[in-house]
Amino acid sequence: MSIWEYANPKKFMQTSAWALPWLTGLSVLCLIAGLIWGFFFTPDDYKQGSTVKIIYLHVPSAMMAINAWVMMLVASLIWLVRRHHVSALAARAAAPIGLTFTAIALVTGALWGQPMWGTWWAWDPRLTSFLILALFYLGYIALWQAIDDPDTAADLTSVLCMVGSVFALLSRYAVNFWNQGLHQGASLSLDKEENVSDVFWFPLLVCIAGFVLLFVTLVLMRTRTEIRARRLQALLARERLA
Amino acid sequence: MIALLIRDLRLAFRAGGGFGLGLAFFLLVAVLVPLGVGPEGATLAKIAPGILWVGALLACLLSLDRIFALDFEDGSLDLLATSPIPLEGVVAIKALAHWVVTGLALTLVAPVLAVLMNLPVDGYLWLVVSLAAGTPALSVIGAFGAALTVGVKRGGLLLSLLVLPLYVPTLIFGAEVVKRGALGLQVGTPLLLLAGITAGSLALLPFAAAAAIRVNLR
Repeated sequence: MSIWEYANPKKFMQTSAWALPWLTGLSVLCLIAGLIWGFFFTPDDYKQGSTVKIIYLHVPSAMMAINAWVMMLVASLIWLVRRHHVSALAARAAAPIGLTFTAIALVTGALWGQPMWGTWWAWDPRLTSFLILALFYLGYIALWQAIDDPDTAADLTSVLCMVGSVFALLSRYAVNFWNQGLHQGASLSLDKEENVSDVFWFPLLVCIAGFVLLFVTLVLMRTRTEIRARRLQALLARERLA
Repeated sequence: MIALLIRDLRLAFRAGGGFGLGLAFFLLVAVLVPLGVGPEGATLAKIAPGILWVGALLACLLSLDRIFALDFEDGSLDLLATSPIPLEGVVAIKALAHWVVTGLALTLVAPVLAVLMNLPVDGYLWLVVSLAAGTPALSVIGAFGAALTVGVKRGGLLLSLLVLPLYVPTLIFGAEVVKRGALGLQVGTPLLLLAGITAGSLALLPFAAAAAIRVNLR
């Protein structure tokens, strides 16, 4: 038994078909439980009132926006090193999901920022680097769509993903240098004394789990679609030859 | 390698090579921005570092697709790939030729445009220094983008979408050097970071670009 068995598309399809209903159910359960708990059964913050509850959407989607890119980076590396097609397709499948999470984080942040900071948008380092992250996602998706040959596209997007990761990190520190922040600091770290209060922390944890499961579910679904599309193309090509 | 550099430079300077287009574009930016925001000297002086850097960046972007596309179409890129020079070296030389034609030229004319933009006198030296230190990074990052999109027909827009996010750190540090220089502040930190980005890009990106070209020539 090794993890590379799942690089076989057939094995991957079997396993993911078995796992998908469970993952879907779990993520829906976590999201419903976490959001209802967060929205209706937590107290209002003494300063922010009920607007604080947007963290149950904002924080998990922001986390997953970054994690999706990391997952794409790992999948791209696996493709470059071991040439497993499922890996390249999974990276391709994850990109639009990551872009959507980035958009959710930006929009919920703007909705919260309007009443709290008095502005929809500020050129704060975190906000700016998320906007830049969205541009990286757009470029990556555009490159996938521009190239017809699937292997060439997978190679080139993998190289772009690697170089892009370095520059995305550089940009993160560059914008830190460029402007002072309005955004509050990290308050969920494991190694800090002062964090967000437990009343908000537990429902948030459930929501984060829900978003992680949702991401895995969506990536599996989209990867299955990509594999089927690839098979369909192969069938059509065979028919044309016959 | 020197022969290749001379060939690329000659191609760029001869008719239709695009030399001068970037400079003209840079000049147009410096003329159009005051027309757009108004002639007040104080406003212009405030935005001058940013506008000049953004202008240089866009002027650089204009000629990027020429780095590999023409050679790819007429087959010379295949010859270069099979020549005894490593492909990484070819990429570096082509980025260097692109830099001489755009980055170096922009650096030299930048003080003239800084007059148009009413940049404070203290900023002139730092404008030239920051452009000299930062534009090589623009060329080599651009060469990487051009290598990725060399197989794409009409890839110009895609190239901009890929390359512009990669330009963010260079732009931030470059404009910061000029801004601080114009105000008479210390410029050491952003200048070193800018030079660091240039050095790192020069060292590593030719390998990524050569890998992308190999994939495209497959």
